[in-house]
Amino acid sequence: MNTQPHQPGNKQNARTVRLMFLIVIGMFGFGFAMVPLYDLLCSVTGLNGSTTGRIQDEAVLSSRIDFNRVITVEFDATNNADLPWEFHPTVKKVEVHPGEIKEISYYAKNNAGHAIVAQAIPGITPWQATNHFNKTECFCFTQQKLEPGEGKEMTLRFVIDTDLPKEFKTITLSYTFMDTDRSKLKQNGEAPKLHTNVIRKSPNNNI
Amino acid sequence: MSAVIHEDHHHEGPPAGFKRWLYSTNHKDIGTMYLIFALVMLFIGGGMAMIIRAELFMPGVQIVNPDLYNNLLTDHALIMIFGMVMPAAAGMANWMIPMMIGAPDMALPRMNNMSFWLLPAAAILLLSSLLVQFIPGTGVPINTGWTLYPPLSVQTGMGMDLLIFSVHLLGISSIMASINIVTTILNMRAPGMPLMKMPLFVWAWLFTGLLLIIVMPVLAGGVTMLLFDRHFGTSFFDAAGGGDPVLFQHLFWFFGHPEVYVLLLPSIGVLGLVIPTFSRKPLFGYKPLVFFMGFLFALGLVVWAHHQYTIGMSLGATMYFMIGTILISIPVGLMLFNFIFTMWRGSMTFETPMLFAIAIILMFSFAGVTGVMLAVVPADLQYHDTYFVVAHFHYALIPGAVFGLYAGVFYWLPKWTGHMYNEKLGKIFFWWTTLSFNLTFFPQHFSGLAGMPRRIVDYNIQYIEFNQISSIGGFLFGLSHLLFLYIIIKTVKGGEKAADKPWEGAQIGTPGLEWTLPSPPPFHSFTTPPQIK
Repeated sequence: MNTQPHQPGNKQNARTVRLMFLIVIGMFGFGFAMVPLYDLLCSVTGLNGSTTGRIQDEAVLSSRIDFNRVITVEFDATNNADLPWEFHPTVKKVEVHPGEIKEISYYAKNNAGHAIVAQAIPGITPWQATNHFNKTECFCFTQQKLEPGEGKEMTLRFVIDTDLPKEFKTITLSYTFMDTDRSKLKQNGEAPKLHTNVIRKSPNNNI
Repeated sequence: MSAVIHEDHHHEGPPAGFKRWLYSTNHKDIGTMYLIFALVMLFIGGGMAMIIRAELFMPGVQIVNPDLYNNLLTDHALIMIFGMVMPAAAGMANWMIPMMIGAPDMALPRMNNMSFWLLPAAAILLLSSLLVQFIPGTGVPINTGWTLYPPLSVQTGMGMDLLIFSVHLLGISSIMASINIVTTILNMRAPGMPLMKMPLFVWAWLFTGLLLIIVMPVLAGGVTMLLFDRHFGTSFFDAAGGGDPVLFQHLFWFFGHPEVYVLLLPSIGVLGLVIPTFSRKPLFGYKPLVFFMGFLFALGLVVWAHHQYTIGMSLGATMYFMIGTILISIPVGLMLFNFIFTMWRGSMTFETPMLFAIAIILMFSFAGVTGVMLAVVPADLQYHDTYFVVAHFHYALIPGAVFGLYAGVFYWLPKWTGHMYNEKLGKIFFWWTTLSFNLTFFPQHFSGLAGMPRRIVDYNIQYIEFNQISSIGGFLFGLSHLLFLYIIIKTVKGGEKAADKPWEGAQIGTPGLEWTLPSPPPFHSFTTPPQIK
């Protein structure tokens, strides 16, 4: 039915189609290759403000303290997706000199009736300070498990290196605790009913 | 240039009944099905827009609840992009490209059949993703917007799974269609039709097809990761497991920005035929136009992050994406100048396709100007996610893509059906639709600059006037499409007999071979290669 007298041979078509499919497969792979590539880019540049793990760099730890500069470090705490934990830093902010090793703590308490394992995800603002913010001890290095009603203070020890660019005078360190059991974010639960009932009686209706 | 056609009467006609369509491997029939599918989707997506505009007529929540509103908004975008513009452009490619380059059919007729028939399946999945929320226990509706950003998209209900599978099918369909079109263009040209003599529409589709082949798999990968995050415990986009939600934004916009050119380029191709025809002058700067399209193709692939300035990128990355984005205005601007110079001192007449073409040049320039504003980082941080963006991309996509397709419909209807459409009704449709389009979207520039956020069902009372003008314009714009439908049906059913070459200027410059065929063309055309002299 599809005899095509001047079709330039199925061979040539097959070659072109093969090439195209190779591009498709390659690009599908590229999409997945973006995952490690993006992680690599972020860990090299600190792009997503996510600090790396424990540092053991002697040069940073033993560098001289720069007493001429004072950096304000602010601490922030958030719970992700209704995690029933009480979670806050024990101090709101501290002032440190670059090169000075500082230790503070966060407090977390499990208010749920069952044990919960959670992971703290750090974030640094401004992100340019990410690679200058060195942690030697942090509760975010491991997952934290709290029994029902258990509360504990968790240590954070850090040193800001002396290479931090001059324009940054305040750094905010934020932690978000996330439940490691992601199945609790069940998608197919009941839709929240609040919208139709609450918002429908908007005061704007009587304009 | 002329072609000698060998009419071949030995071929059987189309099989009767549903088999003609279901089993079709004929590029004209498949093109027709694509176009009808797009028209149906235009009305479904348009109906959603009407509900959205009705809801926004007044502040407060009157007609739909916020989640349903956001779901309608999401599906309006997806249906218009994947269900309307892309199938309509693919339908025109199916119909016209083999006839333009003198090929008997597409290179892979059976794959062509499959690319089309995946679309209705995808549309059913897409619509069920909207309807499934009315079944209890299926969770939250898709309230993410068409960008499907996690973490919200990981937490929505079952509709999201249906939507992800729908995107998979749509992706497979358009990848196969693109492979088919690119192969046809590269291998099936009649002797004497070198690449640099192809009609501009064919060039436009060559770049469109290549773009789709490159970016569609990345979207497919992205939504597949989303599906894994939702059901298989992976953490591609979940910070708790070491992922990053911003990664999805990069994957999405790596597809999403070139997608804009996928929507735009076929219409630029139509303009490249319509404007010389009705100016009775060869296209000004054909080779540069092809070059600009290639430039746009390449540049469009590497500027995606201008959709995400607010995620906090490094200064260097922001500068790169800003400068790259502003550079895009150069090839696009030069294209528009080429079209204007084509009209310069031409013997112009203003039939409906030409009216659309001129309107596109003007209105698409508005989108270009707001586009440069949005490309500039400090300004964009102000405009991000406001109605200014909504106005910008509707000015880009309705004139840039949709009106270009309307111009194509009016330009080729006589060729497809063998009948002339009613010119008077066509002109009424043009004025009605362009004026109401501007009435709808122009005020959104102002409400956006005043700070009205997009994708929110309610709004502050200070935006009432702008929204009411927009809604009235929107209803008129929607209504105008009933006239469009009427014109098409009337032309298909009958009308003045169209000549083989219904437009006097259609053979000027670098025309295709479609005008050497009768109107409507026989079921099988160019079964022996035409001789181009």
